[in-house]
Amino acid sequence: MISEVIPTLLHSVPVDDTWITFDVNSFTQNFWSSTFDGLTFGAIYALVALGYTLVYGVLNLINFAHSEVFITGCYGVFFTLSALNFGPSAPRLGFWAIVGNLVLALVVAIIASALMAVIVERVAYKPLRQRKAPRLAFLITAIGVSFAIQYTIYWWRGPSPEAALTMFRPLAIFDVFGTIVDSQQVVIVVAAIILMIATDQFIRRSRTGRGIRAVAQDPDTATLMGVNKEKIIVTTFIIGGILAGAAALFYVMKIPSGVQYNGGFILGVKAFAAAVLGGIGNVRGALLGGLLIGLIGNYGQVLLGSSQWTDVVAFVVLVLVLIVRPEGVLGSSLGKSKA
Amino acid sequence: MYRKKVISAIAAAATLGMLVAGCANQTAPSGTETSGAGGRINIPAISKVDVPAGAVLPAGDGKGTCPSTTTLAYAGAETGPNAQLGINIFNGIQLAINQHNAANPGCQVQFKKFDTEGDPNKATGPVTQIVSEPDIIGVVGLPFSGESKATGNIFEQKGLVHITPSATNPSLTKNGWTTFFRALGNDAVQGPAAAKFLTDKLQAKKVYLVQDDSDYGIGLGTTTSAALGSAMVGSDKVVTGQKDFSAVISKIMNAKADTVYYAGYYAEGAPFDQQLVAKGFTGSFVGPDGVKDDQFIKLAGDASSNSYFTCPCIPGELIPSFETEYKKLANAEPGTYSIEGYDAVTVLLSGIDKGKQSRADLLSWVKSYDADGLSKHYKWDSTGELATPDVYGYKVESGKIVPIGVIGK
Repeated sequence: MISEVIPTLLHSVPVDDTWITFDVNSFTQNFWSSTFDGLTFGAIYALVALGYTLVYGVLNLINFAHSEVFITGCYGVFFTLSALNFGPSAPRLGFWAIVGNLVLALVVAIIASALMAVIVERVAYKPLRQRKAPRLAFLITAIGVSFAIQYTIYWWRGPSPEAALTMFRPLAIFDVFGTIVDSQQVVIVVAAIILMIATDQFIRRSRTGRGIRAVAQDPDTATLMGVNKEKIIVTTFIIGGILAGAAALFYVMKIPSGVQYNGGFILGVKAFAAAVLGGIGNVRGALLGGLLIGLIGNYGQVLLGSSQWTDVVAFVVLVLVLIVRPEGVLGSSLGKSKA
Repeated sequence: MYRKKVISAIAAAATLGMLVAGCANQTAPSGTETSGAGGRINIPAISKVDVPAGAVLPAGDGKGTCPSTTTLAYAGAETGPNAQLGINIFNGIQLAINQHNAANPGCQVQFKKFDTEGDPNKATGPVTQIVSEPDIIGVVGLPFSGESKATGNIFEQKGLVHITPSATNPSLTKNGWTTFFRALGNDAVQGPAAAKFLTDKLQAKKVYLVQDDSDYGIGLGTTTSAALGSAMVGSDKVVTGQKDFSAVISKIMNAKADTVYYAGYYAEGAPFDQQLVAKGFTGSFVGPDGVKDDQFIKLAGDASSNSYFTCPCIPGELIPSFETEYKKLANAEPGTYSIEGYDAVTVLLSGIDKGKQSRADLLSWVKSYDADGLSKHYKWDSTGELATPDVYGYKVESGKIVPIGVIGK
């Protein structure tokens, strides 16, 4: 095992002779499967991205601890399903038994994530707000809280990922140009999109949603109009937590051994990138950004011939888009009625 | 009121999702069974390995005498993310020292452990401490290639002999070090052995090679792909910490590969194999010593039943005398590299019993060593490599890793 545990600067890393090559053949061959997998992961990114976007819209704060809100949900899923005797092998349960178990896991994950979101808000951000701390203090606190939660989990659960949990075996549902679309992909994409539409409608139509938009637009005026700003802020964190909890269930469904103390970090960065790409503060932008990040990364790695390119391509595109449209594709506008 | 609506909408969404999920599960078993182990070669597990008749054992002849300050040390991971590997090794060492001291009342060798966490950046501290303690005349370690590379010069300056029981990076013996010895085969041996195993034993016609971005993965990937030749239908690279392998997998499925060789560690190998099987891959998954760990089975779940491993390590659990004693000491089966640690320290102990009780004497003892250990014959060339190290094959059977015999030299 035995070679590098941690890459070190003390010695050179051997590099292959090939560097950048475009494999158009592989791209056309794998186009549809990359598309479906990209959309599946994109849907998960988008759900997490919503949490970043909503909090940013209301508080102008990047809640870096949101990736830990997400991983808390993953642990919720893990403990619930472990207690229900799910394990590395797909369980042979009846249809309704599976539905019941997964709904239970979903509920636990949502509660865990929402609770964590509220705790982070109460412990880390609210005291700063009350003392009118500068924005930089919020940013550093956010990063600090993120690490504190990560390493609390490390201390509690150790460095290795939790044992794999298989919820069900994916089954081919239909076929698009010779590429199989499986039940897992359909479940994740459909459920994520429904959740996002629900969130969008909630913010557009409900009384609380109007409050959120009012606070995003002008907190002081909103307060004068009788909006309880503190309550709106907590609600925003809770909505973000609920969506992160749902994302956690889909993530563990897709990656059964993904429950790990730092397992939320990369996903969090990508979801944040998705929120910025779509237009931070914009609910529909988060959906679009998430799907785009998922697709672009997947196309990039197939076209350039190795998984090592996924993040390079995704983030280069992010930079390029931001150069042309600094506000993101759909613009940042939770406050305006566009949201 | 609106809130209520939204909540019920979310609930409806969730239920719909679960419905589809449930459907999938119900019909899954039939699909699984037809695609099961179709066409996979069954290689039986071996139940014993040949132990050299004249193997040198730690007990020796019982007549050894040495000063009570004589000390040997282990340097390597005791904690940290890969601690289990270090624990396997130092339990092997502890067993040998116990046996030696019990048999030789006139020579009670002290044993000290130094923790590097397996991290090259942290290893220099403990190693500097080791070389500055004059009573320490020999060391077993360091287990990992990165930390071995970082600390080789420190041992070299103080002329302190050290035998690694597990570092496999080929370049380690090319630094001109005279105090470094490797108690197993390196990856220049493992790669070709793996290629031969794939094409001969597993009868793979279309191998897809995937490597990670560590020195270990790149080095092993290179030696393996060179040896595979035309049997390799494609290759891809992944990164440390990667969780989603869907794009690699769709390439593998399109290439219609029958076997996947993964050069890397279990942390990525396990989810990779799991996702591969979930996408309907019915061939074999083969990994090197970096994947051969019970953690792999824990993380990949039942997908791991399609897996084989190549490893320049000898199955110590099949040597009954070693297995029972090890179990008594460690309360666990011998792990990967336990026997290599045991053998390595036995080389040093036999020197001490022969009166080689200074650093210089013990170093020249190891240099000219030429005898059998429990696991293999030990005779090093001038760079510190063994002459003909064995590479073993292993497979997963009923959730356990079992050896299937020598696959190459």
